[in-house]
Amino acid sequence: MSNPNAALEVMDWRLKSAGDLTALQKQILETRDPNRPEIVVCHGSGCMANGSPKVTDAIKAALAKAGIQAGVIPGIKTTGCQGFCSRGPLVLIRPQGLFYQQVQPDDGEEIVERTIVKGEPIKRLLYKLPETGETVFTEQEIPFYKLQERIVLHNIGKIDPSEITDTIAAGGYQALAKALSTMTPEQVVAEVEQSGLRGRGGAGFPTGRKWRSALNAVAKKGRPVYVVVNGDEGDPGAFMDRTIMEGDPHAVLEGLIIGAYALGAEQGFLYVRAEYPLAIKHLEIAMFQARELGLLGENILNSGFSFDVRINRGAGAFVCGESTALFTSIEGKPGNPRPKYVRSVEEGLWGRPTVLNNVETWANIPQIISKGAGWYSGLGVPHSTGTKVFSLVGKVNNVGLVEVPMGVPVSKIVEEIGGGVPGGSPFKAVQTGGPSGGCIPYELRNTAVDFDSLTQAGSMMGSGAMIVMDERDCVVDVGRYFLRFLEEESCGKCLPCRLGLTRMREILDNFSRGLGTENDIEDLISLAQAVQDGSLCALGSSAPNPVLTTIRYFKTEYIAHVRDQKCPAGVCKDLITYVIDPELCTGCRSCARQCPNNCITGEKKTVHVIDPNQCIRCGICMETCKVGAIKVN
Amino acid sequence: MSHYGEALDGIMDRYPGQPEYLIFMLQDIQGAYGYISKESMQLACDRAGVPLTQGYSVATFYQSFRLDPRGEHEIRVCSGTACHLKGSQRLVEELERRLGVEAGGTTEDQRYTINTVNCVGACALAPVVVVDDEPQPNMTAKKLQRCLKTIDHELTIDTREQGYV
Repeated sequence: MSNPNAALEVMDWRLKSAGDLTALQKQILETRDPNRPEIVVCHGSGCMANGSPKVTDAIKAALAKAGIQAGVIPGIKTTGCQGFCSRGPLVLIRPQGLFYQQVQPDDGEEIVERTIVKGEPIKRLLYKLPETGETVFTEQEIPFYKLQERIVLHNIGKIDPSEITDTIAAGGYQALAKALSTMTPEQVVAEVEQSGLRGRGGAGFPTGRKWRSALNAVAKKGRPVYVVVNGDEGDPGAFMDRTIMEGDPHAVLEGLIIGAYALGAEQGFLYVRAEYPLAIKHLEIAMFQARELGLLGENILNSGFSFDVRINRGAGAFVCGESTALFTSIEGKPGNPRPKYVRSVEEGLWGRPTVLNNVETWANIPQIISKGAGWYSGLGVPHSTGTKVFSLVGKVNNVGLVEVPMGVPVSKIVEEIGGGVPGGSPFKAVQTGGPSGGCIPYELRNTAVDFDSLTQAGSMMGSGAMIVMDERDCVVDVGRYFLRFLEEESCGKCLPCRLGLTRMREILDNFSRGLGTENDIEDLISLAQAVQDGSLCALGSSAPNPVLTTIRYFKTEYIAHVRDQKCPAGVCKDLITYVIDPELCTGCRSCARQCPNNCITGEKKTVHVIDPNQCIRCGICMETCKVGAIKVN
Repeated sequence: MSHYGEALDGIMDRYPGQPEYLIFMLQDIQGAYGYISKESMQLACDRAGVPLTQGYSVATFYQSFRLDPRGEHEIRVCSGTACHLKGSQRLVEELERRLGVEAGGTTEDQRYTINTVNCVGACALAPVVVVDDEPQPNMTAKKLQRCLKTIDHELTIDTREQGYV
């Protein structure tokens, strides 16, 4: 790997004090012209899948072509996820702060010629407010961004995650320097305790209390003690940890090093989900660069404190997000959880005291140390302080990553920031907490999004996936989906989880075929209770949540399946039929051509008919029909 | 084992011979060969100092390990929650129907492997299908057909160039 930045070459590499770090920051800032034009392209997972690397290449090519004509040669930067995934690929133009969305490679040349050379905005690429159609120029004018409070994500979308100089210019590692030079480990732990920070991985255990228990365990058992980052983000629909690791890896590292200092750990582990190769790459680069600068490794900032970290790639097991399963996985074994009569802070990795925190939790630490516990505990609500990052997905206009203070109502996130359901109808429910969480129905849209209120509503905070459902989503189907997921991911150790989930799913399978009875709903609830009570780890004990909350809030829909053999949302295949509306059908034959079972008949320019006995309900005809003549009954 | 030879030795040498590095070695083997053969499993277990049974216990516990070779092209349908709500299950069924093999399997001619994946984190583009590591946004059954046609076409050209046809 080459030197992170030419600015570093002129000085001694290793920083030897907090003063050195500040001097380096100053030096980097001095070499940068704040008025230099800069083109910032989002390389978050959403934009990348949408082709943003091609946009970057096109802009680079256009810049090379334009050459000196531009006067000042603009910088081009790729960043982590800027958040507004549904409008991607996103391109930001600085210093004006122009926000271009849905940029295609073909737009590259125009961006350079018009915006960079001539300084004019391209109206076509700007965002239009959906209500008024008014064109806006900058991020801050867009409700999606305006209504957020970005604390953990503050750097993401601004810095190049593979350049430590960018991080340092933005104030990175200042919290570490502050902790090492002005705070005792005890003071660091006390600060985290006072901040009220609770674990962002799902359960919401107070982080400071966890650290305190670990300190007590170390006092009893001695060292070593380990610190571990849980980056095994397994909830489908959740991608905030990925975004933080990819977009601001130094924030995670800095938090971890501060934690290691507070606890006296010399070795840390980053356990990262294997499906996140870019996160692993960026963390590796960050670790390398931090070591080069003396921010990681031996004698950090000449403080006498040494600490290093290693990455473990996950191997595709949802249960490894559970602490004890994660530890056995780091030890090289299958990730089976163990009973927690003795808590993992006392006996974790290799039986040693271990502090395991989620990625987002660690990324909060530098902020707390920099700005103080008082500032942090002022954000959010009393028992859930700070902010939380959510991935807002599903049937919502503005899909993306959202950070808000704890305690804002569900409706603010879904309707104001998320722009509501496409088509304008109210949402049916919001699923939070992934497979372990539950549904918040529209009637409870004013529920505050904090740990305790969500639990009260039968759901949970979880890692922060927020899945919006509308009238076309069937609760029985969603219940089956999560059960099938957990059934596959159950490690099989506890019988109630291993067999109970299968049986629950079978009952729901019957519902989806119209075969259940109303008694089955009661059986389902009692079975759910047994799974909750009889499972060792949180995977099993929270697994029935999605089903239980949907029964609680949408019982009529369950009853419609079993009593009337109807799926009101039109999802469960065995309970629906596809029909062609004779008023709308133009007889174009495209559905008939696409039908894999050849069960649509009709001459050209005459109304077509689907044979319900032959139809396999694949839905391809509906997808194909240009006039929307195919309906679900 | 001879045809793996040095590359495999290189993987073994990357890590200290301790049980905690077993998963690292298996991941690298899978990365290099697409699956873990009996021979390479034996080597990794010997190197890590664990019994062969533990190697298989690990490889069958974690979803990312495969014990059989993959097809030339891997099609992974994202079945994250957002993709599920937007009809990913229908795409899986469509693929199974077209290729005549169930998800998780490989076609007889070793051309295609179909898999489902829990979430690729591109929920804004749901449903997403990843064809040979290239994510395809907003997938429909029709686009899927086109994708398969393109691959089939390339495969035909490949085989012609190699003089098989």
